[in-house]
Amino acid sequence: MGDSTRSHNSLVAIRGLSFARGDKKIFQDVSLYIERGKITAIMGPSGTGKTTLLKIIGGQLAPAKGSVMVDGKNVQRLRRAELFNLRKRIGMLFQSGALLTDMSVYDNVAFPLREHTRLPESMIRSLVLMKLQAVGLRGARSLMPNELSGGMARRVALARAIALDPMMIMYDEPFTGQDPISKGVLVHLIKSLNVTLGLTTIIVSHDVVETAHIADYIYVISDGKIIGEGTPEEIKHSTSPWVQQFMEGSADGPVHFHYPAKEFQNDLLATGKRY
Amino acid sequence: MDFFQHLGKETRGGFTKLGRGTFFLFYTLKGLFSIVVRPRLLLNQMYSVGVLSCLIIAISGLFVGMVLGLQGYYILSDFGAEETLGLMVAASLVRELGPVVSALLFAGRAGSALTAEIGLMKATEQLSGMEMMAVDPIKRIITPRFVAGFLSMPLLVGLFSAIGVLGGQMVGSGMLGVDEGAYWSQMQANIDFYDDIVNGFIKSLVFGFIVSWIALFEGYDTVPTSEGVSRATTRTVVNSAFSILGLDFILTALMFGDD
Amino acid sequence: MSQSNTQDTLVGLFVAAGIAGLFFLALQVSNLSSFTEQAGFTVTARFENSGGLKVKSLVSAAGVKVGQVSKITFDPKTFDSVVEMRIFSQYDNIPSDVSASIYTAGLLGEQYIGLGKGSSDEYLKQNSEIEFTNSAIILEKAISQFLFKSAEEKAEEKK
Repeated sequence: MGDSTRSHNSLVAIRGLSFARGDKKIFQDVSLYIERGKITAIMGPSGTGKTTLLKIIGGQLAPAKGSVMVDGKNVQRLRRAELFNLRKRIGMLFQSGALLTDMSVYDNVAFPLREHTRLPESMIRSLVLMKLQAVGLRGARSLMPNELSGGMARRVALARAIALDPMMIMYDEPFTGQDPISKGVLVHLIKSLNVTLGLTTIIVSHDVVETAHIADYIYVISDGKIIGEGTPEEIKHSTSPWVQQFMEGSADGPVHFHYPAKEFQNDLLATGKRY
Repeated sequence: MDFFQHLGKETRGGFTKLGRGTFFLFYTLKGLFSIVVRPRLLLNQMYSVGVLSCLIIAISGLFVGMVLGLQGYYILSDFGAEETLGLMVAASLVRELGPVVSALLFAGRAGSALTAEIGLMKATEQLSGMEMMAVDPIKRIITPRFVAGFLSMPLLVGLFSAIGVLGGQMVGSGMLGVDEGAYWSQMQANIDFYDDIVNGFIKSLVFGFIVSWIALFEGYDTVPTSEGVSRATTRTVVNSAFSILGLDFILTALMFGDD
Repeated sequence: MSQSNTQDTLVGLFVAAGIAGLFFLALQVSNLSSFTEQAGFTVTARFENSGGLKVKSLVSAAGVKVGQVSKITFDPKTFDSVVEMRIFSQYDNIPSDVSASIYTAGLLGEQYIGLGKGSSDEYLKQNSEIEFTNSAIILEKAISQFLFKSAEEKAEEKK
């Protein structure tokens, strides 16, 4: 698949993106495209700014250079009201779930509906129950967020994220810290929502197996650059040793086991210093 | 040199924080209209900010009034002026202790709770999540709490002072035998509505404003970790106390300085 | 829903209690009730020295509060202190030739105006002036006079 066709059919197009936090460069000249109706995964080790990327797409952070187009609109150029209108059409699932802790499951899912629509309470009820049914938690509607397990909290957050029937949904590390069953449930949910609702999906993750299982296209990011991209099959057979190490999960390789330090022997002999 | 560098850094930090705080206040006030549209948001916050502070305010008011009654009686009886006990209790309460002590208690009870709540919402990405749901967290979360704090304060002060005056009367004429009629008439003859009551009321509004602002801003400006939240909560109480006492001095000088 | 109803009730109670407290302070603790309902008329009196008299000081006749001082000014021509006082309208039958004196309530207490007796058929009304006045006793003056006098007396005794 050529780059031109991807950019042509993309819902999100990021071109020449650079972003820095203080002196630390998070992204350098990154370009990537998220295709409509497909599941695109952005993978890479922890601390490579994957969450930052989602925040840039959502317009919460502004890049230093480059452009971010979502559905043909330049996110950074939008006025506040326009940006909010765009966000209504984007669902985002935070790593922690980000449920509002002072409301029940039901009220959490109803929250975006009540904020953005003037629907009667009876219709909100039907919608909320539908969304909760989709994630299999219709029976847990009266629980408070602190009574939920991590996996359930994420599913409630997912129901909330799709409450307004968005065109796109972004998952921030959906599998992290989940037991195998929860992982399986989430994998199944992400895939089925993508298929049944035709949702464009972005997954940011470092869980190789689950992500590769459902993704249509994968970008691998490290040190602020894209070092590999392609379908899961292509990525698996990538010639880049770095991508190989990441996909295999080997302890040593291009990414060294040791944090950069001076020679071990010299360090031991340097007495008289506290560190 | 290190000292001056440190001082300069601190000063710069203080000023940028003040700047952020001012913008924060500006956006908070900009959201006022949303309360008019949805009074329920305000009502819920009046409960957690106002109603839940009632008990501590009422009990403290009662004891402060009773102590004033006792202390005042012992001092005044030395001069044979027990009859002016009512005046002394009411003047201290209405002018100073009512607004100041209520505001300090309010900062400890409601202010710290607000900071912790907002700080935790930030730490658990709830504010960020709201933003991504196209809901302005300042309008939805901050403004109702701010207005609730601002409105609750004068009500709490009214409660505090009124209960204090009654507490003073309870001790003064109930236990120590000051004439009840003299207690009230001395008070009424010398407490001025505009000079004392209205000025005390203005103080309470100012304190309500400043404590709510500090508490919410500290919460919103928290470093989103558990340590950050705990530091922010402490800062709320300390900064509120400083601001209350400092402003009280300035307001007193402005209000009661002329006569 | 019932939970939010109790919450509403409690908020209502809180607001009512707070406002009741403020009203209590305004009506029961302060002088609001005593001077807002009182209509009256203004009379003036000239004193050689009005001492520690202040605006809102009491005006009494035979120990009964009949009004309060509303304004005190200095007349640079006559070097008098011009005191305006507001007499409550129900006392519209005070003879116009009453005297006004400045007294002190207690040794260190507040100063007030005491109205004396009069016999005229005409009554005080808006803008009338009280002609007979006794100035405030200035404590320092009185003490120094007393000391001066007693020193003089002692000196005479020695002679």
